[in-house]
Amino acid sequence: MADSTSPPGTADTSDPGPQRVVLDAEDISRALTRMAHQILETNRGAQGLVLAGIPRRGVPLAERLATAIEAAEGVRIPVGALDITMYRDDLRSHPTRPVGHTRMPAGVDDAVVVLVDDVLMSGRSVRAALDALGDLGRPRAVRLAVLVDRGHRQLPIRADHVGKNLPTSADERVLVRLEETDGSTEVVITKPAPESGSSPQEASL
Amino acid sequence: MRHLLSSADLEPDDVTAILDLAEEMADVQHRSIKKLPALRGRTVVNLFFEDSTRTRSSFEIAGKWLSADVINISAKGSSVSKGESLRDTVLTVAAMGVDALVIRHMTSGAPQQVTGWIDAHVVNAGDGTHEHPTQALLDAFTLRRHFGGDTGSFANRRIAIVGDITHSRVARSNVLLLKKLGALPVLVAPPTLMPSGVDSWDCEVSADLDAVLGGVDAVMMLRVQRERMSGGYFPTPREYTIGYGLTRDRLTALKPGTAICHPGPMNRGLEISADAADAANSLVLDQVTAGVAVRMSVLYQLLGGEDES
Repeated sequence: MADSTSPPGTADTSDPGPQRVVLDAEDISRALTRMAHQILETNRGAQGLVLAGIPRRGVPLAERLATAIEAAEGVRIPVGALDITMYRDDLRSHPTRPVGHTRMPAGVDDAVVVLVDDVLMSGRSVRAALDALGDLGRPRAVRLAVLVDRGHRQLPIRADHVGKNLPTSADERVLVRLEETDGSTEVVITKPAPESGSSPQEASL
Repeated sequence: MRHLLSSADLEPDDVTAILDLAEEMADVQHRSIKKLPALRGRTVVNLFFEDSTRTRSSFEIAGKWLSADVINISAKGSSVSKGESLRDTVLTVAAMGVDALVIRHMTSGAPQQVTGWIDAHVVNAGDGTHEHPTQALLDAFTLRRHFGGDTGSFANRRIAIVGDITHSRVARSNVLLLKKLGALPVLVAPPTLMPSGVDSWDCEVSADLDAVLGGVDAVMMLRVQRERMSGGYFPTPREYTIGYGLTRDRLTALKPGTAICHPGPMNRGLEISADAADAANSLVLDQVTAGVAVRMSVLYQLLGGEDES
């Protein structure tokens, strides 16, 4: 989502061009396990933790993190989904976007909410998520966990827990695929051919 | 979606999209901060040429919860009462720079005509005896929840629509929408209140409420619209109630769990008894709640994206 040029919920049918796999399923699993331990370390246990996945792929990632936290700590922490569509700053520059599902099973008041997303780039999705979270309540703290940080920030936002730092050029695309949403689990970098490529502006969210 | 003028314009997929989004919007009603930023900077004008409390306030709340600026103009106390034409009123309002016009008018087809005069999005909030599409959508939303979830749950559901079919835009919009969703509407009215061309509606028609009641999954009672009647449609209100009111006795004829709906405002004691209006399976207040969520969904579908040029 963070790096996708298509609205959430629609399949990307454009030719992705040549692909390079940078993380395979086992790499991703190890990264998530490490992130789960970091989250517990920062929080000094699972007390008060709530994971909020940003649809689409942030939600299954949050589920996986919760499973890894349960394996380490023996506690199942609440996982929610935080849709940011109506909080995006580019609503007016696209046709009406379909709105995803927001559900926060545990309240967010006084919780430590860890936002979970697949790719961090401009930081605009995270800005939108912070606004969406603020309308739901007042967390004690908000942290950010992303599977891939690819740089190119446009806002003063930084992740607390990162699966993999991936230096990329702006015209490359980082695709996170997860078994739950895409049928396979991997992270690939593609460089679209110039004529079918997305402009840097399109790829900025 | 550019305008919402008629249930006839909506495909089943459109209806599902509107109702699904309305489910998301309904969650906002339970939050302490009832606000979404989606329509920030948009201006919605409610232009009402007929009296309305619930529809107008429902659109107003819907727009405000989506952060739009909402202005209400009613015919009473406006230039309309000084003799200004519909076209001049609409052009004047549009010249102020509005993004959407929600219009209720006593003339069937008025919202359709307005779309030819201005660039703003137009929502039909009831035109004459023609249509009231957001009412049909909120009824569908309420019934979908009652039936258990997805749009497929409408398949072969029999839904009685009872009362003044002739003057009812709600009935027309509901019949069109329910049929698209696979439900089987049954129109029940005294022959004087059944429209002359009802054969072309292609649905079951009856003049005998008692024969219909035991075999339906929902019953929608329509308001007796005295303001549209010049008399002579039925002998006395008392006789109407005996023949077509949802009385306490008729409640016992319903299958358990049959939904009771009424678009409001209710004439208690005329078309619906207090026992029916306040029954456990009465969804009247659920319909009002659904109205806000459905209208939020419609306004977002119209105004949530880029401007079409």
